[in-house]
Amino acid sequence: MSWESLGSSQRSSGSPALSVHGLGKRFGDRVAFEDVSFEIAYGEVFGFLGPNGAGKTTTVRTLGTLIAPTSGSATVAGIPLAPENGVEIRRRIAIMPETPGLYQRLSVNENLECFADLYEVSDPDARIERALRAVNLTERARDPCGTLSKGLRQRVALARALLSDPEVLFLDEPTAGLDPVASREVHELIDELRQRGVTVFLTTHRLEEAERLCDRVAILNRTLRTIGRPEELRDRLFAKALTVRTLAPLADPGRTFGGLPAVEGWRQDGGGAYVVVVSDAKVAAPAITRALVAGGADVLSVGESYHSLEDVYLELIDDDHEATRG
Amino acid sequence: MRRISRRRIRAIVRKELRTYRRNGSIVAAMAIFPMVFLVQPLVSVFAVSTSSALQLSHHYELLYMLGIPALVPATLAAYAVVAERQEGTLEPVLGTPVRREELLLGKALAVLFPALAIAYAVYGVFLALVALFAHPGVASALIRGPDILAQVIFTPLIAAWSIWIGLAISTRVSDMRVAQQLSALASLPTIAITTLVAINVIHPTRALAFALAAVLLLANGLGWRLVSTLFDRERLIANTR
Repeated sequence: MSWESLGSSQRSSGSPALSVHGLGKRFGDRVAFEDVSFEIAYGEVFGFLGPNGAGKTTTVRTLGTLIAPTSGSATVAGIPLAPENGVEIRRRIAIMPETPGLYQRLSVNENLECFADLYEVSDPDARIERALRAVNLTERARDPCGTLSKGLRQRVALARALLSDPEVLFLDEPTAGLDPVASREVHELIDELRQRGVTVFLTTHRLEEAERLCDRVAILNRTLRTIGRPEELRDRLFAKALTVRTLAPLADPGRTFGGLPAVEGWRQDGGGAYVVVVSDAKVAAPAITRALVAGGADVLSVGESYHSLEDVYLELIDDDHEATRG
Repeated sequence: MRRISRRRIRAIVRKELRTYRRNGSIVAAMAIFPMVFLVQPLVSVFAVSTSSALQLSHHYELLYMLGIPALVPATLAAYAVVAERQEGTLEPVLGTPVRREELLLGKALAVLFPALAIAYAVYGVFLALVALFAHPGVASALIRGPDILAQVIFTPLIAAWSIWIGLAISTRVSDMRVAQQLSALASLPTIAITTLVAINVIHPTRALAFALAAVLLLANGLGWRLVSTLFDRERLIANTR
């Protein structure tokens, strides 16, 4: 897939694409989300993660001017979020909702024609052709949307979101229901959009997707639980550790690991496996290897423990569940 | 008033008309009601003998046909917003720069065009059948200039009024069937008035016609604004309030 950008207006001004301060939304007594603050730079792919009901979609709808916030402030594509600016903001952004929401009786082309006119894009035929080419759907342009598979409908919705050459693109679960090949194509397209300077606000449940695509991620569970680059979040939440594997269990692991430089603690993780908490892996790993060899252990491996974004997510969300139960 | 985009209104109209054309149940609904309105007056007119034709000059039977622009667009308009909401197509549209006034005007025009075409076509067919097949004298007693003028003027006014009522209902209810039932119910007063005129219970005068036309014109202008006010993006998207 490839996306040929049709030019951008004010993406290089240095101001953030999205700037959100203490934003919140309540429906009566029910809090959808509250006190959410972050900034997103132009060209950034920002992952917005959270369990069902965390307020992700409501946040997208609020920033997309579909619903009004009850507290806080924001600027979207350089425009203050306010009812009187709704049209101007929506002109600069595009939202791809979780369900494609296509007119089933109309063809792919007719669906896109309608939206090209709603965005008042210039040279709509060329835009439609480019958008279809970007999602590999040129061959299906005349097919009624009702006859397409779920994956193809999702691609049409993505093409629709690309029509207006948006400065900020909100993608709500863009790969939901797509097969691995189609998902990979969407991922490639998002990469290309980033290179073109399009800001992508991606809500997803697929943590490996967020880890692969996003420059930074935020985890929301009504309030913002954390925000940062995936590797920063791992470092912030998990102590650095080395995983040590030996052929047989060590006779006295306390004596082997104790007193070594940069080693802060250890625990056994099965027969001949140990997790050693360290302050600096580059100092600790050679020292541990030497100590194991000196002690006569048959060393299978010494490597850094890896924590995925999923570990970060589960750690934070589990904390919330425990707090709720407590 | 803020700038209204003709292109966006045209986009909505074109999309709606394409959807109607490909939706068999809508086409059927549009065809059935006018048939009912066509058959009944035809039967009664063809039963009139030449000797009784003079009595027709004191009646306004053809105004009965103003029921078509009251009923046909009401059911279509009732379908307009709630159906999009139920099918999940409303959110992507509201995510575009389209203003609610543009969206509603586009939907109203998309209902108005076929409703007018049907109402005028049925009326034309009726006049042609009367002229060709009714007893001699009946046609000349029945087909009168002022009646035809009233039909031409009141058809769009009544249709537009029904459309705004239907759209108002469609923006407030969350079930398609409820919307259609309520809109059919709401068009009954208009049908009742045209029927009372047709059967001479209300005697139509030129002054009454002007007054009714003025009221409908004003009501249609206000209707657009009122329905735009009722159209609440947040409630329609988030299903709240």
